[in-house]
Amino acid sequence: MSFFTEENQKRAENIFSQYPDKRSCALPLLHLAQSQEGYLSNETIEKVAEMCEIEPSEMMDTASFYTMFFRKPMGKYRIQVCQTLSCSLAGADKVVDHFAKKLKIQPGETTKDGKFSLLKVECLGSCGTGPVVQLNDDYIEGKTIEELDRTIDDL
Amino acid sequence: MTKMLTQFIEQENCHTLDFYLKNGGYNQAKRAILEMSADEIIEIAKQSNLRGRGGAGFPAGMKWSFIPRDIDKPKYLISNADEGEPGTFKDRVLLSKNPHQMFDGMIIAAKAIDCHLAFVYIRGEFKKEAEILENAIAEAKEKNILGKRIFGSDFDFDIVVHRGAGAYICGEETALIESIEGKRGQPRIKPPFPAIEGYLQCPTVVNNVETFAALPPIFENGAQWFVDLGVENSAGTKLFSISGHVKNPGVFEVPMGTPLHDLIYNDEFCGGMKDDIPLKSVIPGGSSSPILTAKEIDGLTMDYDAIQKAGSMLGSGAVIVMNETTDMVQVCYNLARFYAHESCGQCTPCREGTAWLIKILKRFTSGGARQEDIELLLDITDNIGGLVDFSQGSFGKTICPFGEAVSWPVRALVEKFLPEFEKRVQEK
Repeated sequence: MSFFTEENQKRAENIFSQYPDKRSCALPLLHLAQSQEGYLSNETIEKVAEMCEIEPSEMMDTASFYTMFFRKPMGKYRIQVCQTLSCSLAGADKVVDHFAKKLKIQPGETTKDGKFSLLKVECLGSCGTGPVVQLNDDYIEGKTIEELDRTIDDL
Repeated sequence: MTKMLTQFIEQENCHTLDFYLKNGGYNQAKRAILEMSADEIIEIAKQSNLRGRGGAGFPAGMKWSFIPRDIDKPKYLISNADEGEPGTFKDRVLLSKNPHQMFDGMIIAAKAIDCHLAFVYIRGEFKKEAEILENAIAEAKEKNILGKRIFGSDFDFDIVVHRGAGAYICGEETALIESIEGKRGQPRIKPPFPAIEGYLQCPTVVNNVETFAALPPIFENGAQWFVDLGVENSAGTKLFSISGHVKNPGVFEVPMGTPLHDLIYNDEFCGGMKDDIPLKSVIPGGSSSPILTAKEIDGLTMDYDAIQKAGSMLGSGAVIVMNETTDMVQVCYNLARFYAHESCGQCTPCREGTAWLIKILKRFTSGGARQEDIELLLDITDNIGGLVDFSQGSFGKTICPFGEAVSWPVRALVEKFLPEFEKRVQEK
C-alpha cells in the first residue's frame, strides 16, 4: 500500500514527472509528506527515501538541515514570529514575549492541548511590514499585539 | 520617472497572463526564440551592462557566455527567488504581481544558453507566491509560451517551481543547486563554477528574479536605453526594499544613482523618518553590507561605485534605516545571532566563529562584557572573514562568502559605534 493518500500519490507522481532525477524530488516530497503527516517521523523519512531511491540516512541528512521540516509533532497552529533586524526594530521581541506569556509556553514549545506552537524564526522576507508573524502558511503583517490577539483568539 | 518592473503592480489582475500579453508581454521572448541567435542575445545583455540583482552584481551576459557550447550535456537555468538576505523583500513583489515578466526573461536567457528545463528556487515560506507561479506557468503552457515547441518553434522549454525549506544559505548559488538536488544546502568549492558543473554536474546559470525580469524591457528598448537609465557602471533601474524607522517602508523602483536621501525623505518614497526622530545609521545593501553612519550617507547615491566608495555595498538593494534611539549593540547581536543560526556548519571558522560572536555579544547585551572582549570580537571577525579591504577583495577563509557576510557588518558596527560597546563594559 502506498504511503501517500490517493490524492497525494498523484501529486507525488506529478513531481517525479517534472524532474530529471529522483533525488531532486526530495524537498517537494518532504513538503508533501509533512503536509499529510504534520511532521517528519523516522518512518516517514524512510518512505520518502525509498521513493527517491536513496538511503534513509541520506534523506535524514537532508531533512534535518532545513528549519521548515519538523522532526516532532507541532501544534495545530504554528505562530512563527520573525525576530531578525527589521522586525526587531518594529517590535517583534514584544510579540514573542506576549505570546509566551499568553500561551504559557516558551518559544519552541507547544501548548499541552496541542493547539499552538510558538516559534522564533529568522527573516521571513517581508521586512517592510514588520513585525511579521507567519501563522501556519499565512503571513500576518504589520499588526499590533491587540490585532494579533484577536486573530489568535478566533482560532 | 521610468519604471520597467513595477509600473503595473497597482493594477487589478496584473499577475495574469491576459494582462501581461495586453501590455506587450512575451514579444521579446518570442523574438529571441524565433529570430535571434544565442550570440546576439548574449551581446545585447553584455552591452546593457545588466548586473546581477541578487547581491553580487556580476554581469549577466558574461555569466551566460561561460556556458560551454560544444558539449553533450543538458544546460539548466535557475531563477533565484530565495530572497533570504535580511532587509530584502523586493522579489516577492515581482513574484506575486508580475510573474510573467520573469518567465519572459527566463525564455530569453534559455535561448542564449540552449536550456530546455529551468527552475525557480523560491523560499519555502513563500507558499502563496509559489502557487501564483504555478498558476502562471499553467496559463503560459496553455498559450504555447512554455512547454513543447514554444511559439511554434522547435524549442522546448519548461519551468519547474522548487520550494526551499527555510535556509538562508540556499541563496548562495551552489548551495541552491545542492538543495535542488535533494541535499543539504551546503555551498560547493569553486572551481568548478556552476557554468561548467552545476545542477547534476551540468552547465547551469543562476540569476536573480529581478535580473530575469529586467531582460524583456532591455530587449524591447535596446541595451543603450538601459545604460542611459542609470549611471556609470550601474545601468538601469533597481528595486530598493526599504525597512526600519521610516514613515512608509516599501519597495521602490528608481534609476541607479538615485540619492539615498531622496528615497528616505521624499514623499513619493518613504516620506521621512518615523515620528521625525533623526536618522542614526543605514544598512545600504542587505544585512551583509557594512553599516553606514548618518555622516557617511550624506550625499550618497544608490549605485555600485558610490556605495563601494563609501565603504559598503549595494548588494540586493535592501536598505534598513535606524533612528537615534537604536541600540547598536543590540543590532550587532541581532545580526550575529541570525548568521550563527544560518551558518551551514561546513567550514570551521564560520561554524565556530559565529557561535563565539553571539556568546561574546551576549555579554554586551546582558552584562559581563570585559574591555578585551572588543578586541576579541574584531579578532574573531578576522578569523571568519578576513580583513575588510574592498580594493583588494580579500576573500577566502571559508568556502562561500557567508564568512565575509557576517564579519563585515559585525566589524563595521563595533568600529563605528565603539563608544556604545565601551559603555557596556563600564556598566558591568
